[in-house]
Amino acid sequence: MNGPQDLGGMMGFGAIAPEANEPLFHAPWEKRALALSLAMGATRQWSIDTSRHAREKIPHHQYWSLSYYEIWIEGLLRLMNERNMLDGPPKTLPRLEAQNVAPVLAKGSACNREVSSPPLFNIGDRVRVRNLQPMGHTRLPGYLRGKTGEIALHHKAHVFPDSNAHGSGENPQHLYTVRFFARHVFGKNADDFLQADLFEPYLEAP
Amino acid sequence: MPHDGHDHEHENSELSPIALRVKALESLLVEKGYVDPAALDVLIDTYETKIGPRNGAKVVAKAWTDPAFADWLKKDATAAIESVGYSGRQGEHMVAVFNTPEIHNMVVCTLCSCYPWPVLGLPPVWYKSPPYRSRAVIDPRSVLAEFGMTLAETTKVSVWDSTAEIRYLVIPMRPANTEGMSEEQLAAIVNRDSMIGTRLAG
Repeated sequence: MNGPQDLGGMMGFGAIAPEANEPLFHAPWEKRALALSLAMGATRQWSIDTSRHAREKIPHHQYWSLSYYEIWIEGLLRLMNERNMLDGPPKTLPRLEAQNVAPVLAKGSACNREVSSPPLFNIGDRVRVRNLQPMGHTRLPGYLRGKTGEIALHHKAHVFPDSNAHGSGENPQHLYTVRFFARHVFGKNADDFLQADLFEPYLEAP
Repeated sequence: MPHDGHDHEHENSELSPIALRVKALESLLVEKGYVDPAALDVLIDTYETKIGPRNGAKVVAKAWTDPAFADWLKKDATAAIESVGYSGRQGEHMVAVFNTPEIHNMVVCTLCSCYPWPVLGLPPVWYKSPPYRSRAVIDPRSVLAEFGMTLAETTKVSVWDSTAEIRYLVIPMRPANTEGMSEEQLAAIVNRDSMIGTRLAG
């Protein structure tokens, strides 16, 4: 969706202002916000794609004025409200126990999947990014629509967020790193490069 | 915040609205049995004490001193990094990109805050915030200037927007005059930002 999260190329947000000797957390509640978000993810009521979509549905003015952990908490509340988990009766859900934290983090959640379909594109092929404007979740950044680049890497098939975020299945798709000349994307920075990881349905032959 | 004259003194008066909100949410989720409070403590301790940019610095130092390892990183970063002991959540699919005098790499996630947790830990605030996320792709040299970096005109900037589940680790160039240093000494001069691509190592 053309939401507040799609920031690439926008202007006017001001200085980056990296903080010297930045602490890992700026307040104790941020630690709890991080841990609650991770622990609730382990209840398997939503995927990482669904949780990203919950955050990008926060209205623009609110998203841009919240700190990042505030965005996470707002997203978590939305996910739980959508499922009546805050007001409804408790359900029995998978729970992340303290002794399982280390193995669960170490295992992670790989997103690569086996598919029988061969990739449509090969490394070195020229591709054009489709002009897709979905109402739902997508990992196609708006600034790349219609741009032409070249396949730099092929990662085989990965879970397709545009489908998985909406509970429509993993629908794995071939994933590529596509390389663009910066001048073809933003009309400047002549010889610089820009790469993004794009799923096959985002791409077409030029 | 201006005081409106009412009496706000109560037991949580020192907590901000968001802190109170998170505290209430945690109580509710514990009460419903959805989260184990001890697991929250372990999660926090993990990212405070075990998983952070020192991990990535060891990977970089090894790449600087062991050509076979550097080669493995280029071909299969996930496996090479796992061999040093770092894998798992938000590092399941790794790609290492090597800086050279010709190409300077820089990583961003314009759509959220994707970041290679097993090697760099949790991202700094600036990495997750709109100024960096918006500008890194359209004007990377001005971003680098804010970090005190001016690249040679002949050096190309190569920006990687982490739009899927691939996570990128920048291998900075090894500083000059470090020939005699051990792998451990080298790891100590690798700063976090150099592995995102917004500073030099050393």
